[in-house]
Amino acid sequence: MIEQLVQRLYTLSATWDIPPLVVQLLLMVVVAVIIILFVSVSVMFLVWWERKISAHIQARFGPMRVGGWHGWAQSIADGIKLILKEDIVPQAADRIIFALAPMVVFATALTLYIIIPFGPGLIVKDLNIGVLFYISLSSLTVVGIVMAGWSSGNKYSALGALRSAAQVVSYEVPLVVSVLPVIMLAGSLRMTDIIAAQEKIWFIVPQVVAFLTFFTAALAETNRLPFDIPEAESELVAGFHVEYSGIRFAMFFMAEYANMFTVSAIAVTCFLGGWRGPALVPFLPEKFWAVFWFLTKTYFLIFVMIWLRWTLARLRVDQLMNLGWKVLLPIAFLNLGVTGVVMVLLG
Amino acid sequence: MAADYGYVGVFLIVGVLFVILNVEVLSRLLRPKRPTPEKLTTYECGEEPIGGSWIRFHVRYYLYALVYIVFAVEVIFLYPWAVIFKDFIKEGLGALAFLEMLVFIIILLLGFIYAWRKGALEWV
Repeated sequence: MIEQLVQRLYTLSATWDIPPLVVQLLLMVVVAVIIILFVSVSVMFLVWWERKISAHIQARFGPMRVGGWHGWAQSIADGIKLILKEDIVPQAADRIIFALAPMVVFATALTLYIIIPFGPGLIVKDLNIGVLFYISLSSLTVVGIVMAGWSSGNKYSALGALRSAAQVVSYEVPLVVSVLPVIMLAGSLRMTDIIAAQEKIWFIVPQVVAFLTFFTAALAETNRLPFDIPEAESELVAGFHVEYSGIRFAMFFMAEYANMFTVSAIAVTCFLGGWRGPALVPFLPEKFWAVFWFLTKTYFLIFVMIWLRWTLARLRVDQLMNLGWKVLLPIAFLNLGVTGVVMVLLG
Repeated sequence: MAADYGYVGVFLIVGVLFVILNVEVLSRLLRPKRPTPEKLTTYECGEEPIGGSWIRFHVRYYLYALVYIVFAVEVIFLYPWAVIFKDFIKEGLGALAFLEMLVFIIILLLGFIYAWRKGALEWV
C-alpha cells in the first residue's frame, strides 16, 4: 500500500514537472519526522516506565496522579514544564558551543535509528555496513558531551565530560570486539542478514559470553548505572549537563533515552534473533508479530537496564577503568579466538 | 548505493532542525526571560566560583586515548576479516585465515601487555 502511494506521488510529480530528486528528499524528511515522533513517544513511555519500576523496586508507587491511571501523563506534563522553563546560559559559558552541543548529541541519536530493523521491510535503510554504522556513529555522542562539558564553564561539567570521554572510549573497545563473533557467524554487517542467520538458533546460545560483554559495555556506553560516573550526582552534581536547564536539558535527556533504546535494539538484533518469535494468535498478520516481538525483546532489555540500576552500586572510577580494560577486553578477545577455532574445526 | 546514505544526511539535518525548533522557536515563544546577575553565575553549590573551569587535566586521559587509538585501528582491520571469514572456511582456508589474523592480534596484544605492565592502565 505504501509502495503504491509512493509510486503515485512520483507520477504526480512528473506531471507537475517536479524533479524526482525533490520527491525523494521530501520522502526522506517524512520518514525522519515519523522516526522523531516514534522517538518522542518511546522516550516519554520509557521515562514513565523507569520511574514506575524504580518506585516499585523501592516499595513506593511513583507517579500516580497526572492523567489518572497510574500517572501515565506524567512525562507529558514534564515535557510541557521543560518547554516553559526560562533558558539560562551562564555568563562564563562559550555560547556557540553551548548551543551546538545538544544538537550534536540529539542528531547522532536520531540518525542511529536508520539501521534499526523493527520488522521485515520496516527498516529506514538497510545499510550494508549496518553494525559498523552503529559503532562509528554512536561514539560521536561523546563529542557532543565533551562540547557540553567544556563550554559550560563549570568545573563539574568539565570533569564530567572528561570522565565520560575516558569511559566511552574505554568501553568502546570491548563493545566492538564482542560484536565481531556475531559478524563471523553471520558473514555480513547488514542487519537483515544478521537476523536471517539466526533462523535456526539465536546467537545468544553460542555467544553468551559475547552477549554479556556487549551488554555490560553497552551500559557503560549509555552512561547507565552502575557506570554513571560522568554524572555521579553525589560528587559531580549532574556531570556534563550541570549548566543546562529547560528545553536544552530535555534534548540531552531525550537523546540519552533514545540511545538506551538503540543499544537494546542492536543487542536484540545481534543476539536475540531480532524480530523472530512465534505468532501467539494466528489471525493477525506476520508483520504485526515481527514488530511485537522486536519491541517486546527490546523493552525487556531496557527493563533489565533499569533493574540493574537498583541492584548494583556505582563503581569507582578506577574500578570502572579496570573492568573495561583488564576484564572485559581480555574476555572479549578470548571469546573471539575461541569462536574462530570452533568455526574452523566444525568447518 | 550513494542514495542509501542520503538518509544519513537528511536524518542529521532533521535532528539539528528539531533541536533548533524546540529551543529557539517553540520554547522561546513560551518561556519567560528575566535574567539577573545571580542567575547567570556558574553553579558551584552556592559558593563564589574560584578560578576558571578550563583547567589543565591529568595526563592519564591522554594515555587511555592512546591505547584506545591502537585498538580502534585494529578493530577496523578485524571487521572486513570477520565478514569474509565464513567464505574462507568454505574454501577450506579457514585455518590459514584464522592464523593470519591471530598473528596480527598477538602483535597488538603484546603492545597491550606492555602498556599494562608500564602502568598506562592504572587510574592514579
